[in-house]
Amino acid sequence: MDSYDTPESTPRHSASSRLKDYFIGATPLQKRLESVRKQTSFIPTPPRRKIPQCSQLQEDNDPQKVAFLLHKQWTLYSLTPLYKFSYTNLKEYSRLLSAFIAAEKQKGLAVEVGEDFNIKVTFSTLLGMKGTQRDPEAFLVQILSKSQLPSENREHKVLWTGWFCCIFGDSLLETVSEDFTCVPLFLANGAETNTAIVGTWFQKTFDCYFSPLAINAFNLSWMAAMWTACKMDQYMAATEFLWSVPCSPQSLDISYAIHPEDAKALWDSVHKTPGEVTQEEVDLFMDCLYSHFHRHFKIHLSATRLVRVSTAVASAHTDGKIKILCHKYLIGVLAYLTELAIFQID
Amino acid sequence: MSVLRPLDKQPGLNTATILLVGTEDALLQQLADSMLKEDCASELKVHLARSLPLPSNVNRPRIDLIVFVVNLHSKYSLRNVEESLRHVDATFFLGKVGFLATGAGRESHCSVHRNTIVRLAHTYRSPLLFCDLEGTLLHIPEFEPRCILRPCRAGIFSPLLRMKKHVQEAGRLAQ
Repeated sequence: MDSYDTPESTPRHSASSRLKDYFIGATPLQKRLESVRKQTSFIPTPPRRKIPQCSQLQEDNDPQKVAFLLHKQWTLYSLTPLYKFSYTNLKEYSRLLSAFIAAEKQKGLAVEVGEDFNIKVTFSTLLGMKGTQRDPEAFLVQILSKSQLPSENREHKVLWTGWFCCIFGDSLLETVSEDFTCVPLFLANGAETNTAIVGTWFQKTFDCYFSPLAINAFNLSWMAAMWTACKMDQYMAATEFLWSVPCSPQSLDISYAIHPEDAKALWDSVHKTPGEVTQEEVDLFMDCLYSHFHRHFKIHLSATRLVRVSTAVASAHTDGKIKILCHKYLIGVLAYLTELAIFQID
Repeated sequence: MSVLRPLDKQPGLNTATILLVGTEDALLQQLADSMLKEDCASELKVHLARSLPLPSNVNRPRIDLIVFVVNLHSKYSLRNVEESLRHVDATFFLGKVGFLATGAGRESHCSVHRNTIVRLAHTYRSPLLFCDLEGTLLHIPEFEPRCILRPCRAGIFSPLLRMKKHVQEAGRLAQ
């Protein structure tokens, strides 16, 4: 058998080194094709290893400034790279987007019951919301209403918030050219109509594409394991799981709540390698929960679909909704979501 | 006799027996129905089982092909198949076993990563087909050449390739 292998391996080896030389001077498009070709290679990938997110916060990330990002439910979208987006033109973009929204509202496409507000749009950068120095700056878009009454002239009510970020997006950054800005993760809070209008404007202006980011049960169980692994001083909320059972007349929901310290104790007994989370550990963690439930209720939770995971760090729903509760692990949570977004773009 | 062996019984005259193993009762039933509908030169028998080992008190013909069906939406079906694989003799895996994975099309509902089942099929050196009840047959192209490169087992592979056609048929019937 071995004698058959060697003549096969040497031409492949020289071919790959020739290929490597070719790609040193390759254009970004060629690099992207090469990465896609690598992904479709036959050998199944080894179990993923991720580092649990401890406080890897940037120093200039002011807790007060990002406090408004916590405790809010965000809807997730993945976004392809923006063409010719410039951080110096933010004022220009706010002006253009305000005009666009006003035009859309006049067209009657977004009819709001109630008073006709004056809409103001602001673009601003969020400093410190990045994983590495290479990541582009995160930026925030807000739609504010200007009240008509003179007494409340200074007050602006925030109607809609959306922010774009990229945390540890190296795999995407190295495949795009200079003209593109990669902010693959988009989070929106507010009326769906506003999200649609802002999305349309971005798609028209920067030739990008939004798509809703769903989180499947596999990724939810990874999130559950990683967030339980995070060291917390005090636990604000219980660890909760929600499963959906596919039944014929109406689906059944099973909710399972654990005391957060018990969940952490279970994780610590499963966890072996310090600083890393492996597929086996995640599977073992979830299997322990499933077998405990089965022992009491004789229901196989592994045959159902995990729909929602809620821990003291964050909570996530399979429809692509996330709520981040802990400021310390904000970057960590966003890093995983960025990875899912990049995976969806690819 | 809890382990299934490929050659422990006499072959039936002009018959082929396929065993489908999986927790997805509806899918197994549909696959079996469409397989039996098709005309074939020899007689085809299809057995369905939730898991192995099979009960030993039943008189059954020799099994020519085992297909393990895994639903990617359910970890339970994967565990069930992994447990059942232990009750199959190693010589069965020389071309008489195949894996069928359903549910890969609805990525948002998947509890099992696609690579897990790919690795399982790779470990057992058996072909893997992806299919959906909705009627689309997703191929993992890397496995196609492996099916063809085993001509000596053509007699066994024709039921497997026919099975592929039945999956498409079952999918169309489901619509």
